[in-house]
Amino acid sequence: MANDHFVRFENVDKSYDGKQLVVKGLDLDIAEGEFVTMLGPSGSGKTTCLMMLAGFETPTNGQIYLDNKVISDIPPHKRGIGMVFQNYALFPHMTVYENLAFPLRVRKIPKDEADKKVDKALSMVSLQGFESRMPMQLSGGQQQRVAVARSLVFDPQLVLMDEPLGALDKNLRESMQYEIKHIHESIGVTVVYVTHDQTEALTMSNRIAVFNDGKVQQLSSPDELYERPVNSFVAEFIGENNTFAGEVMDSSGDQCKVKLNSGTEILANPIVAKAKGEKTTVSLRPERAIIDPETAMDNNHKGKIEEVIYHGDHTRLRLDLLGNKEFILKVPNSSNRMDIKEGRQINIGWNSVDCRALDPK
Amino acid sequence: MSQEQILSSDGIPLEESLKKAERKNKLKAVLLVAPLFLFILIIYVFPIGDMLFRSVDDRMITKMLPKTFNAMEKWDGKDLPDEEVYKGLYDDLTYLKKNKTYGKIIARLNYEKSGFSSLIKKTVRKINKFEEGNYKEQFIKVHKRWGKNEYLVALKNTAPNWSYAKYLKGMDRKFDQDRNIIQVEEDRRIHKILWLRTLNVAFWVTIFCFVLAYPISHLLATLPMKYSNLLMICVLLPFWTSLLVRTSSWMVLLQQQGPINDLIVWIGLAADDNRPELMYNVIGTFVAMTQILLPFMVLPLYSVMKTISPSLMRAGKSLGGTPLVSFVKIYFPLTIPGIGAGCLLVFILAIGYYITPALVGGASGSLISNTIAYHMKSSLDWAFASALGTMLLVGVLAIYWVYNKLVGIDNIKLG
Repeated sequence: MANDHFVRFENVDKSYDGKQLVVKGLDLDIAEGEFVTMLGPSGSGKTTCLMMLAGFETPTNGQIYLDNKVISDIPPHKRGIGMVFQNYALFPHMTVYENLAFPLRVRKIPKDEADKKVDKALSMVSLQGFESRMPMQLSGGQQQRVAVARSLVFDPQLVLMDEPLGALDKNLRESMQYEIKHIHESIGVTVVYVTHDQTEALTMSNRIAVFNDGKVQQLSSPDELYERPVNSFVAEFIGENNTFAGEVMDSSGDQCKVKLNSGTEILANPIVAKAKGEKTTVSLRPERAIIDPETAMDNNHKGKIEEVIYHGDHTRLRLDLLGNKEFILKVPNSSNRMDIKEGRQINIGWNSVDCRALDPK
Repeated sequence: MSQEQILSSDGIPLEESLKKAERKNKLKAVLLVAPLFLFILIIYVFPIGDMLFRSVDDRMITKMLPKTFNAMEKWDGKDLPDEEVYKGLYDDLTYLKKNKTYGKIIARLNYEKSGFSSLIKKTVRKINKFEEGNYKEQFIKVHKRWGKNEYLVALKNTAPNWSYAKYLKGMDRKFDQDRNIIQVEEDRRIHKILWLRTLNVAFWVTIFCFVLAYPISHLLATLPMKYSNLLMICVLLPFWTSLLVRTSSWMVLLQQQGPINDLIVWIGLAADDNRPELMYNVIGTFVAMTQILLPFMVLPLYSVMKTISPSLMRAGKSLGGTPLVSFVKIYFPLTIPGIGAGCLLVFILAIGYYITPALVGGASGSLISNTIAYHMKSSLDWAFASALGTMLLVGVLAIYWVYNKLVGIDNIKLG
């Protein structure tokens, strides 16, 4: 049975200068075989967490467990954790083969067995035949693959990846995302992945830990994170988001009435703000609002089109709706598209379930 | 089919107008480079050329005894030469005496064979009393050495315009009277000792500099900015201090009543009446030269280490290499270009170092450069000084060549 607490952060604090906490009381459990992404803006403490796990930083307080063992006293080279670095960190004076054989050689694995492992790892990233190349002779994408292969070649239980795709161009990054995901699925290794790119996190992960301000704001599956953010930071950070500031007027069960700053009252889903009189930020995903709904919805309002932006597969509209001049709508560019022009008034409707009353910003 | 000539819009052939447009730029470039080119020519190419020239130039005596050498051309050197040679010698010496310039040839001839000094002096003194004809007899009468073949052979040996005798002298070798190369007498073989000592000092100073500079450079490259800047200043401080001041401060520190000796006595490593000599020997040379040349090792090492990403060592460790293994297999190989550059620089500087060994080296710590200086300033044997300098230069080029074969010059990184 898979271990649900394969990696475990227990009340971990980290401070570099003794004045500021970079990581605050972090608790995090990662199950064996999982692909967990640490996602957050720069300075949110995600890389620090990864470095503490790898052993290059020591926690100021708290414990980290790997497979139920405290790892604070184990030096990095004995942890047996594979790591892919931001700039790949391939050894420039060694060939691809030597790079991959390095972890095997220091483990005193016999040469014929090491050759097999290197070969297997290279075939995993489809780079057979590149053994004698130097890293400088490889393209960015190929270097990246070598780095991934090197982190896996000694069969670690856990692989850490620190923004490994950051230096690649968009197309390559997307194809590498799938490739890494497939490798993870085929060998079942536990992966902890750090990125600030939310699309990357959403496509690749089993679960995502959203970091901000040294804390995990939410740890859940990608769809859960997107559909049901638990606070306004997560709602803002993941995907696009329309917000209304207001105050809870009345709350009953799974609906609440929110009086917006513009004076209008709307129906929302009480998530954080529940009690009457609480300040709240209401969050609504652009694709959950519908133009000219055929049946009446919980909320129906009129908005004025301020701007039309063509995006190829869809068109984005910026509306002035209920006092929010930055209200975004996405309209698919299908054949029966409506007459959209700047300055027109249109009807917008949405359900209260999709409209989440979260903590005020 | 002939190709139509392309014209620019004002009707001039395109090629010509391009040349015209480029001419201005070319001229500008030449003007910009000219001062540097002249500078290098004047301070580098001419002096070295002059040095090479002087080291083999032996025309002075050839010019002063033209008739003698002219007459000697037919002489095979087996028996005493005939009258013609003595006649030439008489003419030359009379002329030299008239101009009072014979002193110059005495030193040169005496170097070729000792005994010439008194021979020439005595001959010149009595040359006015010579009578016309039968010079051979009269010469031998004045001094019987004129009747000995070896002196006349030695005289003939100085005839060629060019001579590499100075190089032989630099290697403690000389020509015997039959023009064979032989070693000089045992007690006069000083240059071999000097060369070996110079190489030895340069080698060990390079090693000491390397051992001291490697950790410093590593610290410099890895410390946070505010500390590394301070450390950098400490490394560069000697650069901003005059070489003489630095060497003299070592003299203050190393002297027998100096602070370092006081410390040694205070710790109890030596008795007060038996203080070790740290200066005017090879120890003083080692200590002062290592300190002075250290920045030349630190800077290339630092600039190379600065380019090594810290994540490489981390990668090594995360892949299972112990810190030592990661250092030996990853960090060290990547610093080799810096090590090469630093060692080459320090070694080449050390091999020709002058002021420091002159001031703190004493007799047992003086190097080949001090001998060169001695021959420049005191013995005024510039030809020999030039020959030693050229040998030093060739030695450095040889080291450079070997280094290029072993490591490759392209691998040098100075920054």
